[in-house]
Amino acid sequence: MTTVTAAADTALPADWRDLLALTKPRVMSLVVFTGLCGLLAAPAAIHPVLGFSAILCIALGAGAAAALNMWYEADLDAKMKRTASRPIPAGRLDPQTALHFGVGLAFFSVLLMGLAANWLAAAILALSILFYVFVYTIWLKRRTPQNIVIGGAAGAFPPVIGWAAATGDVTLLPVLLFILIFLWTPPHFWALSLFVRSDYAAAGVPMLPVVAGPKATRRQIALYTLPMAGAAVAPWPLGLTGPFYGIAAAGLSLVFLLLALRVLANRAAEPAGMKPEKQLFAYSILYLFAMFGALVLDQVLS
Amino acid sequence: MTDPREDEIRRRQRTRAVIMAVLLGAFVVLVYAITIAKMSGQE
Repeated sequence: MTTVTAAADTALPADWRDLLALTKPRVMSLVVFTGLCGLLAAPAAIHPVLGFSAILCIALGAGAAAALNMWYEADLDAKMKRTASRPIPAGRLDPQTALHFGVGLAFFSVLLMGLAANWLAAAILALSILFYVFVYTIWLKRRTPQNIVIGGAAGAFPPVIGWAAATGDVTLLPVLLFILIFLWTPPHFWALSLFVRSDYAAAGVPMLPVVAGPKATRRQIALYTLPMAGAAVAPWPLGLTGPFYGIAAAGLSLVFLLLALRVLANRAAEPAGMKPEKQLFAYSILYLFAMFGALVLDQVLS
Repeated sequence: MTDPREDEIRRRQRTRAVIMAVLLGAFVVLVYAITIAKMSGQE
């Protein structure tokens, strides 16, 4: 058995599994799903090959943004238990390879989107990658506890891109879907950051629980959940979707709100006592999948 | 006797070459399919 040290590993050619890990495949699944739902919910039919290409481009764009994020944040990742085993901080991947991989993938995804779907979708895809890398990763993340509030916009683009790929324009429904993900991001990330607070504190990232404490964070989670639920249900009374979506959105958002209220009532300061926060975090992922699934089903039913 | 480090470098290069070939092949097929789809949409 050979023992390969971290320093020696960087001199080896990159392993494809480490390049794949750079794209954060688990995060990508939610991005791809919301993008696909935006495309399927659009009122225009798109050729299956072009639709597949558009979703592939969204996935590659998300992967590129994730790779560039990991390249820039390698020093932070090395300080956090949750991220220390990522390819760059673990010494398995040379940072320059990650940078080249990310930039190459970003250009490729935008170009292919323009050629396969249309240039509006390509422009929004480029904007989302640039927003995630420059506004969230480089500018906001290390400077303000509002980092994920504004940075969350980057993750809200996929359904708009999917819609634009299918129709060539952007109307009120994809804008509401954008607002839904934008308002969903703070409760989702703050629930997580409450129970991994010590990790963020050790790395010097000014997440809200680190800067303002658990009590203020729990209040903010509840406050953001209210407009999020409003944005989730809004397409129904506005006549943009049918009752199936409206009822599903109301039910799913009500459960989200109840879990957020349990988080608000929790007084625990240590992760061991943060079961409501862990439940809200897990449910928030299911919530977004279910909401967008309901949207597509509603379009199919109507 | 071969150097295990040399073997590891060769193994990684071979794997990456195979993956790159598969991806390039897939890209060619995709561009062909996109072209056909675009042309059929204009008829």
